[in-house]
Amino acid sequence: MNAPLHGPAKALRFAAIGAVMLAAGAGFAYAAGWLGTPALTPQRIIDTFEAQAGHYAGYRKNHAKGLCVSGYFEPSGQAASLSTARAFTQPQVPVIGRFAIGGANPFAPDTAIPVRSLAIQLSTDDGQVWRTGMNNPPVLAVSTAEAFYEQVLANTPDPATGKPDPAKVQAFFAAHPESAPFRQWAAGYKPSDSFASTAYHSINAFRLIDAKGGEHPVRWQLEPQSPFAALPPQVDDKLFLQHDLQARLAKGPLRWTLRLVLAEPGDAVDDPAKPWPADRPSVNAGTLVLQGVDAPEQGACRDLNFDPLILPKGIKPSADPILAARSAAYSESFNRRSRESLNTGAQP
Amino acid sequence: MKPTAFHPLARLLHWMMAVMILVMLFIGVSMVGDLSVRHPVLVSLHKATGLALLVLVIVRIILRLSLPHPPLPRDLPLLQRWAAAASHWVLYGLMLAMPLLGWAMLSAGGYPRPLGLPAIAPHDLQLYAVLRQAHGWAGYLLFATVLVHVGAALMHAWVRRDGVMRSMWPGPLRRRGPGGAAKGSTADNGSY
Repeated sequence: MNAPLHGPAKALRFAAIGAVMLAAGAGFAYAAGWLGTPALTPQRIIDTFEAQAGHYAGYRKNHAKGLCVSGYFEPSGQAASLSTARAFTQPQVPVIGRFAIGGANPFAPDTAIPVRSLAIQLSTDDGQVWRTGMNNPPVLAVSTAEAFYEQVLANTPDPATGKPDPAKVQAFFAAHPESAPFRQWAAGYKPSDSFASTAYHSINAFRLIDAKGGEHPVRWQLEPQSPFAALPPQVDDKLFLQHDLQARLAKGPLRWTLRLVLAEPGDAVDDPAKPWPADRPSVNAGTLVLQGVDAPEQGACRDLNFDPLILPKGIKPSADPILAARSAAYSESFNRRSRESLNTGAQP
Repeated sequence: MKPTAFHPLARLLHWMMAVMILVMLFIGVSMVGDLSVRHPVLVSLHKATGLALLVLVIVRIILRLSLPHPPLPRDLPLLQRWAAAASHWVLYGLMLAMPLLGWAMLSAGGYPRPLGLPAIAPHDLQLYAVLRQAHGWAGYLLFATVLVHVGAALMHAWVRRDGVMRSMWPGPLRRRGPGGAAKGSTADNGSY
């Protein structure tokens, strides 16, 4: 051993050790976002949902009101040349799904909210899992998570009326010209009288990977095989869509065609606000058949996070920043509601 | 006779895992608050590195149990001996627990596992909540223990200068001088 240190020499070395530990700790705190004001986080987005709609322990933090369904997917075989995903060749793929309405309030009337969603999980016999959450609008109003957050803030309900301030919503749209296609869709939107006669869109683009490794940028949509009927102007049942779905499924299965819409060079593959031209080629990938429905917020879909980045071999994400943000925010929502189910026994 | 330094394989594993664990802790703590396009990249990297660390820690535990290792300096006070032993139990325990908790929590959450690994826990939302929180808190505890470990190592190297750092030195070891300390080396440390 070297001669023991004394006095200033020893103090200096102690100080150096302290500095190393402090720097490492500060770096960790910075990485965790504990120092300063971090950029937009998934936590802030979920906090804002809860601040606006209220805190509902155990429920999903967006698209909170919904119900589980089950069935299968029957591929047509036509998509097999575009993607090696087993879902496009396996004769029958088990499906767990969830219909929901938009918004963070699990007690909102079904027909008060224009946004409807269908999320499904396809589990193939090669052990792969494909989850996709789809909405009825074909596009989003925004292209980035930051703009989405601004949109959420602009829609904060006015305490006096309980509704968003139209001036703030208008100001948001004026500041975001990329929302034009969404506004056009909203202006022409005629709600159907059923989840069953609604079309659902993947919104974000993905890449199909074929057997040779070729990539095909794609958006997909579920087109209802149930005929359209307009929603009655006056609906009193707060569970109108849920009751309708239960009644229809009691009579027999419901079907949708899974259509893959293929991009052409120059189409916006990383921007969910930009529609693709209507004449893009598409492929009928098969039929989604839903047979059963569970009680609201019960059943197999309840404990699943429909993270759109859970993709099987043969399908890859696009570079769309909203996809990454959805994945991060869904995860935060899933973590919170799982914790809440623990603390309060709340299992909606 | 006990060796004066760790086996080269043990030293290689120590420093390789040290880098990987630090990177893991920083990725883990930053990815949960990140919703940019970095998020999915960090999550995949986190899972892949976690799996690699699980394999490495098993190899490391086997090596630790089978290879002779240098004793602590004879004049080390009892309390510090106890702290060294305790902190190493905690480090090994957390190095093993972290990837297993990650794997189990993905299983309980109904998430796909990397490489199609089987589930090691039932799909259960409440179990997921427990495992997810345990994974997070164990991560903070691991970082805190690593900090203490680094501080203690630097104490051995810069203040006590007792050859402990030398025993885990990542480079080639120089011959010990007549005084017993590593010749020409001001650094030493300890990992027991």
